[in-house]
Amino acid sequence: MLQIQNLHAQIEDKPILKGINLEIKPGEVHAIMGPNGSGKSTLSSVVAGNEDYEITQGEILFDQESINEEDAETRAHKGIFLSFQYPVEIPGVSVTNFVKTSINAARVAQGLEEMPANEMLKKIREKAALLEIDSKFLSRSLNEGFSGGEKKRNEIFQMAMLEPKLAILDETDSGLDIDALKIVANGVNTLKSKDNAVLVITHYQRLLDYIVPDYVHVLFDGRIVKSGDKELAKELEAKGYDWIKAEV
Amino acid sequence: MSYTEEELKKELESKEYEYGFYTDIESETFPVGLNEEIVRRISQKKNEPQWMTDWRLEAFRIWQQMEEPDWPNVNYEKPDYQAISYYSAPKKKDQYKSLDEVDPELLETFNKLGISLDEQKKLAGVAVDIVMDSVSVATTFKETLAEKGIIFCSISEAIQEHPELVRKHLGTVVPPKDNYFAALNSAVFSDGSFCYIPKGVRCPMELSTYFRINQAGTGQFERTLVVADESSYVSYLEGCTAPSRDENQLHAAVVELIAQDDAEIKYSTVQNWYPGDKEGKGGVFNFVTKRGLCHTRSKISWTQVETGSAVTWKYPSCVLKGDHSIGEFYSIAVTNNFQQADTGTKMIHLGNNTRSTIISKGISAGKSQNSYRGLVQVGSRAKNARNFSQCDSLLMGNACGAHTFPYIEAKNNTAQIEHEATTSKIGEDQIFYCNQRGIDTEKAIALIVNGFSKEVLNKLPMEFAVEAQKLLEISLEGSVG
Repeated sequence: MLQIQNLHAQIEDKPILKGINLEIKPGEVHAIMGPNGSGKSTLSSVVAGNEDYEITQGEILFDQESINEEDAETRAHKGIFLSFQYPVEIPGVSVTNFVKTSINAARVAQGLEEMPANEMLKKIREKAALLEIDSKFLSRSLNEGFSGGEKKRNEIFQMAMLEPKLAILDETDSGLDIDALKIVANGVNTLKSKDNAVLVITHYQRLLDYIVPDYVHVLFDGRIVKSGDKELAKELEAKGYDWIKAEV
Repeated sequence: MSYTEEELKKELESKEYEYGFYTDIESETFPVGLNEEIVRRISQKKNEPQWMTDWRLEAFRIWQQMEEPDWPNVNYEKPDYQAISYYSAPKKKDQYKSLDEVDPELLETFNKLGISLDEQKKLAGVAVDIVMDSVSVATTFKETLAEKGIIFCSISEAIQEHPELVRKHLGTVVPPKDNYFAALNSAVFSDGSFCYIPKGVRCPMELSTYFRINQAGTGQFERTLVVADESSYVSYLEGCTAPSRDENQLHAAVVELIAQDDAEIKYSTVQNWYPGDKEGKGGVFNFVTKRGLCHTRSKISWTQVETGSAVTWKYPSCVLKGDHSIGEFYSIAVTNNFQQADTGTKMIHLGNNTRSTIISKGISAGKSQNSYRGLVQVGSRAKNARNFSQCDSLLMGNACGAHTFPYIEAKNNTAQIEHEATTSKIGEDQIFYCNQRGIDTEKAIALIVNGFSKEVLNKLPMEFAVEAQKLLEISLEGSVG
């Protein structure tokens, strides 16, 4: 589904990613871990199409096609979703209105009709229930005055609504208490299927107790320096990142 | 489409004014210049009674002694008042009994403006008075309204048919000596709308006036007078457009509202005069005086969506004379390219327990300057006056400016006045967030701007809220791709 080949990317002439190789197949859950500043969030931004970053080398393939030149909304229409580490506020635009606009933008891009209102409503109710979101929350302005946990839950709610092929969760666990973490993880697990894939980017092993990865990769200084299964995450948790740094 | 500030800026600059057409209708236009003779001729042309002619001449004398104000935060070359023609009328000026009699060119104009009279008649239930250049050309729905005793006609017609009402109220809220442009308007106004709602009558439909400047080198000076008698209610909407021209056109209107005891007037404006091109050439100078007088327990609510004009100078105000009266001002002002707007309101609290609310949303893009200027004044005998003001500014790009000039004068210590102001900027991070959710940049800006403006858009009558929303999008976006 996603193939990243020798990816180099920089921001304002400062190289951040220095040759990433990664392949994610349908049905898989991958986790990327690494110390602060290793390039985790940059990788998610570059895959999502944030043009603050410049790709200087390498290729990102999605469903066998290069998406290097595609803009962010086209990538979204193809089924790439990014749960933001810091979701932005849009005052005056309700969660419902935003998610409706988002879904219909993708449908229109795919040559479909806009989703009928009753169908939309049904879907919103269903997914809100899954993430234990009440209806009052849905009429609030997007992320305005939301707690850290509410913001993250809202991201996963949008993911549930959009049903992406590839979901990238960038530090989704930060700012979540244990109850919220369980709800979010349960949401992600419920949405998982053999046809979609999840890329979890996290600093800590905690989230991976709930969203269990098939593969764990350690990112350090813009490269994946070690890959393994879920045991690697536990090892990192126990030993910290220093031993990796020493190995490199 | 990816988004950078630079691209946004370009996009905003490249938008087109879609009402910039000119209608080729035979017009009768006075020679340029202004003197007593011209004032007399306007009055004569309208077959006005002597008192009206005298009133105009008095206003003209006052105007001659006044100076054009330069305190607003706008820069423009002052118009040469002797180079303007003060009267221009589409020639076939007989009153139209039905739409069939209206010049087809004129009807075409209305269609281009998106106001199909027919459709509005049937669907929206909106009665429309249309003022083209200087004269009122069509009033729909008059008969339906007449059954309820509601008078809705051009001001010229009102001077003929209801002189007692006009004479009693004209100039009582905005006297000719009020300011330079009000004096000018009083001397030379050639048409406008008049509306009277009798006691206890709730006007069953939105009343609407459409203003259009068509001829070159003419000024438009319309005069609107709305009188809501005791316990009546009316909702009124005005819309404005003009052709794209290289020279500046002057629009100096006066609107007076009178809400008698327990009456309510809701006055909404969607102003889309030609703003000039992207180099700042041409465009309408919009120097307007709008004021409402509130008697006991009455309420006046101004809602405005200002997207056009090269220079705007406008402060729809409420004089809260009666006890327990309420004044409201809801405004969205959009400036782009080289547009300048100095707009806001005045809430004058004179009665006891009077309340006012001001919600102002300024959106600046391009190299424009957008100022909010508002006065909240509480008289020494006004007990328990309350005001809440909120002024929010949204900036796009780095070359525009937003300014807030709030003035508060409270002479009674029981007054409660609150003022809140915020300034924000559409951020690349907001745009990227929307892009990531599949929403393109153009739609994202529309979404953010609409969210920002929502409190005010919600105050517009429903059928116009949709229009206004579209207008905001058009004003701020170019055609992408």
